Amino acid sequence: MPALKQRRQIADTVRAICSWLIALLIFFPIFWMVLTSFKTELGAFSMPPEFFFKPTLENYREIMEANDYLHFAWNSLVTSGGATIVGMLVAVPAAYSFAFHPTKRTQGILTWMLSTKMLPAVGVLVPIYLMARDLGLLDTRLVLVIIFALVNLPIMVWMIYTYFRDVPRDILEAARMDGATLFQEIFRVLLPVSRGGLASTALLSLILNWNEAFWSINLTTTQASPLSALVASFSSPQGLFWAKLSAISTLACAPIVLLGWGSQKQLVRGLTFGAVK
Amino acid sequence: MSEAARESRRAGRLTASPAILLLFIWMIVPLAFTVYFSTQNYLLLDPENRGFAGLENFSYFLSSSSFLNSLVTTLELVGSVLVITVVLGVLISVLVDAKFPGQGVVRMLLISPFFIMPTVSALIWKNLLMNPVSGLFAWLFQLVGLTPINWFSDWPLLSIIIIVSWEWLPFAILIFVTSLQSMDQEQKEAAQMDGATPVSIFRYLTLPHLARPIAVVVMVEAIFLLNIFAEIFTTTSGGPGDATTNVPYLVFTQALLEFDVGTASAGGLVAVVLANLVAAALLRVFGKSLTQA
Repeated sequence: MPALKQRRQIADTVRAICSWLIALLIFFPIFWMVLTSFKTELGAFSMPPEFFFKPTLENYREIMEANDYLHFAWNSLVTSGGATIVGMLVAVPAAYSFAFHPTKRTQGILTWMLSTKMLPAVGVLVPIYLMARDLGLLDTRLVLVIIFALVNLPIMVWMIYTYFRDVPRDILEAARMDGATLFQEIFRVLLPVSRGGLASTALLSLILNWNEAFWSINLTTTQASPLSALVASFSSPQGLFWAKLSAISTLACAPIVLLGWGSQKQLVRGLTFGAVK
Repeated sequence: MSEAARESRRAGRLTASPAILLLFIWMIVPLAFTVYFSTQNYLLLDPENRGFAGLENFSYFLSSSSFLNSLVTTLELVGSVLVITVVLGVLISVLVDAKFPGQGVVRMLLISPFFIMPTVSALIWKNLLMNPVSGLFAWLFQLVGLTPINWFSDWPLLSIIIIVSWEWLPFAILIFVTSLQSMDQEQKEAAQMDGATPVSIFRYLTLPHLARPIAVVVMVEAIFLLNIFAEIFTTTSGGPGDATTNVPYLVFTQALLEFDVGTASAGGLVAVVLANLVAAALLRVFGKSLTQA
């Protein structure tokens, strides 16, 4: 049946073209941001828009020279990295406990942990703000590290728990029979076999922390502000610095987009607590 | 109890307690303060005149027209974005599920917006695309002879909905595409052999297979969408008027712009109750899908 085959081929081609069109459409705002970052400020504002132009690195140079960008990037790195480390240190032992020493209450505790994610941040904004103020922690990186770590802790515990659940129990029991201590059991056996899951958990935490804006905007001003808050400061119409805004945005998003591309498979599992495989 | 079992219980308790303790403190201490503050007359600019207010803050917050308005805005925002991302997400995922050249690249492009920070995506859309004078959309409208839309003044909530949907559509696609990969291909081919149309295959095979991932997407998105803040903060600041003020943004203005701790706390508690109502309703509908691993 050559006619049917031909029809199918046409359908496949149409399908491929539609897929590409939709993908390019959805990606377009990001492409446009990157393109704008290489324009002059005048060019970024010109009408009709410039599609072909002589690219300039001027925006990037100015951002770097003003020293602003690096200061905020450092804050982003310290707060999201620090919170990820703190979170992992607390989440791994908890997930270990739930996966390998479950009790009758384990499922209930896991559900309760997830339910703390339902607590809207605004519900506790006032007391957290006042406590941070009274402890002298406003506009410090420490306060963001603590809050980011706590906010993501339930997701991290759940995610690591779903990975640990898949580790064969025999391996750990064998190690225990051989006289391994609790410490050795975790560090010599469990962590090495589940390092992929641990890496993607850390990655997800890093992504969420890096992009977080609510607490960053409300608890910091300049000293400890991460990139998400720096970008937000461009929202006031204090002159039109679209090209520079695009350059800062491109630099702020590039590492996370690259990380995301490299880890999409593992992220699905983590984001859905293993409910979709 | 055997020595080994006791040892196991001790190890379990030892390793779980830091996380449980920290989360317990994180949840209970601020919440207790919020409850306490919500019963106080407490203005940060006038801390001397503090006193017990009873339920005054609640009645003030709940009866203000801005609250009702923000509640409607919140539900409109959450509802629209959920419908848009789930419907488009399913359609696009089914479209890109088949093998074609460059499939991997197409998927990477499709999921990218999810990794863009909310403050960035809001400002890019506001300034580079939706600006009524020199945004790209204005140019496109002029190109076909239409008057450019003044997005954030004329369609403020719609603008926010478009931006937030753009951010969350990739999440839905990511989950649905992954789930479609595990679909039974033989069943699909058998149905095709029997002459089933693509529409009926979609209706009777694909959609039921996607029921669980749809439940997951709705649950996870609802948690995040109820808390939408950065997109509003950086684009409209809740305006014009209070057209884009959702509950989180309203509480934020009470707390850090008007320094009214009492009312803000009452509002925060209302937000907590609202989130729990939504969560309970969603859990009732979708709960089974989440807990069965």
